[in-house]
Amino acid sequence: MADQKFKYIGRHRRAVEHRRFVIGRGRYAADIQLPGILHVAIVASPYASARILSIDSAEALALPGVHYVLTGEELQANIDPVLPGVDAPKVARYPLAHGVVRYAGEWVVAVVAESRAIAEDASELIQIEYEATPHVVDPEAGMADSAPRIHPQHGSNVILRKKFVWGGVEQDFAEAQHKLSYRVHWARSATVPIETFGVTCSWNDATQILDVWASIQMPKYPDQMAKSLRLPGNNLRVHYDVDVGGSYGVKRGLKHSILVGYLARKLGKPVRFLEDRLENMRGGDMQGPDRIFDVTLAFDGNGIVRSMRMRAIDDIGAYSGRSPLQLGKPIGAIVGPYRIQSVEYEAVSVMTNKTPQEAVRGFGQAPTNYAIESGIDKVARYLGMDRVELRLRNLIGKDEFPYLIPSGTHYDSGDYATVLGKALDAAPFDSLVQQRDALRAQGLLAGIGISTCLEPSGGNSSFEPLLNPKNQTTTWMDSCLVRIDLSGAVTALIGTSTSGQAHETLVSTVVGEVLEREPDSIRVLHADSLNALPSNSPVGSRMAIMLGGAAAGAAKKLRTKLMRIAAHNLQAPEAELSYADGDVVVTAAPERRISWDALVEISHRYYHKLPEGMEPGLQEKFVWEVPTGGKLPVDDRVQMYPCHSFEAHVILVSIDPQTGKTSIHRYVCGHDCGVKISPDVVHGMTYGGIAHGLGAALMEKFAFNEDGQLLSGTFMDYLLPSSKEVPSVTIVDHCTPSPLTEFGQKGSGESGYLGGPAAIASAINDALAPCKASIDALPMTPQAVWRALQQANSNQQGEKQYA
Amino acid sequence: MKAAPFDYLLADGIEHALDLLAEHGMDGKLIAGGQSLVPMMAMRLARPAVLVDINRVAALKTLRTGAESIIMGAATRQCDVEHNLELQQALPLVRDALKWVGHIQTRNRGTVGGSLVHADPSAELPLAAAVLDAKVRLSSKADGERRIAASEFFFGPMATAVGDTECLTEIEWPIWPGSGVVTAFEEVAMRHGDFAMASAACQLQIDADGVCRRAAFGLGGVDGIPRAFPELAAQLIGQRIDADLAKEMAHAAASQVDPGSDMHADADYRRHLATVLLSRILEQAGQGAVH
Amino acid sequence: MSNNLVQVEIKVNGVIQPRLVEPRTTLVDFLRDHLALTGTHIGCEHGVCGACSVLLNGDPVRSCCMFAVQANGMSVTTVEGLAPERGSLSKIQDAFCEKHAMQCGYCTPGMLIACHALVDKNPHPDEAEIREAISGNLCRCTGYQQIVNAVKHATEREEIEEGASHG
Repeated sequence: MADQKFKYIGRHRRAVEHRRFVIGRGRYAADIQLPGILHVAIVASPYASARILSIDSAEALALPGVHYVLTGEELQANIDPVLPGVDAPKVARYPLAHGVVRYAGEWVVAVVAESRAIAEDASELIQIEYEATPHVVDPEAGMADSAPRIHPQHGSNVILRKKFVWGGVEQDFAEAQHKLSYRVHWARSATVPIETFGVTCSWNDATQILDVWASIQMPKYPDQMAKSLRLPGNNLRVHYDVDVGGSYGVKRGLKHSILVGYLARKLGKPVRFLEDRLENMRGGDMQGPDRIFDVTLAFDGNGIVRSMRMRAIDDIGAYSGRSPLQLGKPIGAIVGPYRIQSVEYEAVSVMTNKTPQEAVRGFGQAPTNYAIESGIDKVARYLGMDRVELRLRNLIGKDEFPYLIPSGTHYDSGDYATVLGKALDAAPFDSLVQQRDALRAQGLLAGIGISTCLEPSGGNSSFEPLLNPKNQTTTWMDSCLVRIDLSGAVTALIGTSTSGQAHETLVSTVVGEVLEREPDSIRVLHADSLNALPSNSPVGSRMAIMLGGAAAGAAKKLRTKLMRIAAHNLQAPEAELSYADGDVVVTAAPERRISWDALVEISHRYYHKLPEGMEPGLQEKFVWEVPTGGKLPVDDRVQMYPCHSFEAHVILVSIDPQTGKTSIHRYVCGHDCGVKISPDVVHGMTYGGIAHGLGAALMEKFAFNEDGQLLSGTFMDYLLPSSKEVPSVTIVDHCTPSPLTEFGQKGSGESGYLGGPAAIASAINDALAPCKASIDALPMTPQAVWRALQQANSNQQGEKQYA
Repeated sequence: MKAAPFDYLLADGIEHALDLLAEHGMDGKLIAGGQSLVPMMAMRLARPAVLVDINRVAALKTLRTGAESIIMGAATRQCDVEHNLELQQALPLVRDALKWVGHIQTRNRGTVGGSLVHADPSAELPLAAAVLDAKVRLSSKADGERRIAASEFFFGPMATAVGDTECLTEIEWPIWPGSGVVTAFEEVAMRHGDFAMASAACQLQIDADGVCRRAAFGLGGVDGIPRAFPELAAQLIGQRIDADLAKEMAHAAASQVDPGSDMHADADYRRHLATVLLSRILEQAGQGAVH
Repeated sequence: MSNNLVQVEIKVNGVIQPRLVEPRTTLVDFLRDHLALTGTHIGCEHGVCGACSVLLNGDPVRSCCMFAVQANGMSVTTVEGLAPERGSLSKIQDAFCEKHAMQCGYCTPGMLIACHALVDKNPHPDEAEIREAISGNLCRCTGYQQIVNAVKHATEREEIEEGASHG
């Protein structure tokens, strides 16, 4: 597959979607206009934990333009709750609170009015009496027996606790020459798209269909929404042709959608809810992993890391969506790119009185990579070994694939040392060392950061049965339908929404490649949930693999059919024919040919010219399961994702020791995601992932005070990096094709983010090391870095005192 | 985030503005650039019943250059100062401060007077005004005009001497005549354009022998108001400012401030930053380096 | 709670649009809701993200930080008004497509406004100037690099190196 010469795949091509974006004709959730549409505003809890004593809506209802005020009491009586992805049936979740509130920002009342402004006016008139109750905001405190219970019926605040032991951990630890333990914190951050979540629903009394337009990115959205609203699946129609303004995992607005769906049906009018930024930050439930890792590595004097013990405590907030499962996905790359032979992994998912967590780009892999890479650097420092050398000794070698890791996943292909080498060469590393020394000579702290990280791709949900044996989901399919119409034009249908991944471009490139037709002539449409083939949405970097594979599969079926029709009409065996840009020719005598147009016409109009029993027309579907999927775990082991991309970051930073402020001088990322179908798209995602990673590493945090109040609820305090904070990045590509996919492609939607924070931490710690300082928590803000230096300084003063 | 309802009145001249203020000042506000006010209204932290728009009052956009001062209409847009070379030469500290103010979009609407009246303790223009001890002119229908110094203008975070029915009409920025005027403005913020966690500003006049003849400096973001230190600055006169003296001054100034804490920077860190920044800029400017 | 409506006439993309509006209607809401020009986007409504950027009398401003009544008699250009004519693209719009300067497209209108304003005043900006000009526009998809490349491409400067394909 590496030798395959592609006509369209891998080439520069303008993304189809961009044409409408640059002229302002994108169609986002907020752009959907419906006559008579009503608007929602939310009244949220000011308390982290409280009983709701009374709600008085009279004044609000009296305001002109107000149509309805919905409380949790009514809503909860009329819908089914959404249950967690793990086995915790008592941790029910409703869009509106009733009886108690569990976090500051939880939605309590929904006001519906003629305009958003009036809805906000009315929401101020709602009078709610609360009685504050004890709360807990620290996850370790939340694990204690004495902690107030977030969901008393669940019995504890731990919603998931599972320990895995893969391989001879005890023996490896006993035999290893050295052990090193550490703790790192991954602070709560998220991908925070510039567009907040928006949803419009419209109920039709005659057809009994609830139409839904939402800025959604989630698997099984229509199904879960219908279930909660107690509607059969075919009474709900999600329109996937809504442009989504960025998601990177978080736009799982199920509670928003259920709320609006209920109101639309209740009121018989279209209803729209566009989260404003305040609602989004505090109560949109789109915050990310919030983790404490306790890790011990067992290694030898030659640097070989034999075994790892890791405990990950994740604070998921007051309710559970799929968030506990974010502790499960990293099991599929739990050893990173290294030959670690055994692993003990304990996943602890804890609830606290905070905004709930949701899936974030990488689904837990970025924090896990940060934890692993922190340890690798520490081992190197401990042994006085070069960090690159240490990695090279531990990296899985290019001839060892497919490589089976202790937790049961085979890594399909890779060449980690080469990618790292390319990144080092591109820096170039020697020059970085010189620059670092020059910066140090100026009185700055300076350091070089390295990270080598896995990017599992192909989104499979095998972590579901792994973490919850009652959940036996093993299907994680995707689909495409391709048709050629009577004019010979090609159209493809996909059954999911797009949030920047350029699926229309992906599919038209793939279909164009297989049918040998110009991709720009191929139209790709987003179906709706009633006429779509099944999809599990673009999660887990799966679409290049799954949608690309499905599109290729459908196109191949069409091509096969065209060949058969040609063979029948040319009266020659298929083996003697060649497919050439849509025409079919007799290989040995190409003047004997039948054109694309002729084949199309035969298929649609001349039944008498079709082979016997052939279906008329030209339309084929392809639905397929994720490669390597479809199996339940055995002995706590399972193949997680099918394909494994890889990234190596090399960074040079300097730190002003007086202020703690970090500057990035050079940023190189070596990247291997197999064959790139759309290189521009892939590069774009890597640049964007690096920016996300930089934010998480240096400045982004959903900070809560002791009272569970979100301190960073606006963009003035939740800091997104601008063009002045994100440096220029050099990406260096490598390609180890996947043996599992049509073109050798692997997924790559999370690249940059998965290895970036680890690399920045590596660089900062390299800079701090000469001062005997270190920092083991994100974000590494100027204050945090300065404090680390102060701490080291006073440690040394203390040592001197006792010297 | 839609503002609470209000009535809108457009002032067509300064007298009209003052009339409207007299009538509505108690439950109303002036709006100039709106870059701070409109977001606050969107968050319903501010909910004036009446907004009096002074963006079209020509008298508030005048610019008069004298030998000793520049009298700037309060509604002068920040971008207009940014692009005015003459102003930049006459008021180098204001030029330096503006480099740190927000982004292009905000400077295209934001006004100099608006920034002073908003009085965010971390804002750059208030610090420049405090350091230079600029004078402001306040006018009201009932009480006419009064001029007060910057040192008496800032009361606390978001609080100034401007009365409910008063309008800030002019800012008088002092010009330091002669050669050897050096300025520096440094701040540490989380991102480009953010409010300072701490900022330091100075304007010095250094003679041909490297001796300081005139000095003014201040700190922002480390107290409820921008802080200038005229008494400490006076101690610099007649001295050559080296690293030690700069540090001494910085420590002395930092010991006089009472920084707040927030999630990005606590009081200790802010005080430390203030010391570092002030020490650096005094040393830098003291060498006659920056202009 | 009186909220007297105000008559405004704002020239938008060359057309004078008379409307009766609530004073509290922001310029962005006026454009989107009253004129159905949904190309300008809302990201934060508190003046930080820049998605709402439009040209006001030729200068980029945050349309969420202005009330429509304040723009009476003024001229506004939105993303819908940047192309020289229907069916064609400005040099910068075209460069954005060529250089893959967007992914989800949500910040793009504001970015285009900022970039057009930059190039109007500075026909050959260098990288630092480009980054400064778009520093008030946040993007979560692209990491800014391809946006910078697009402006350079449109103004014919050398680009920073793209990913070198070795495989």
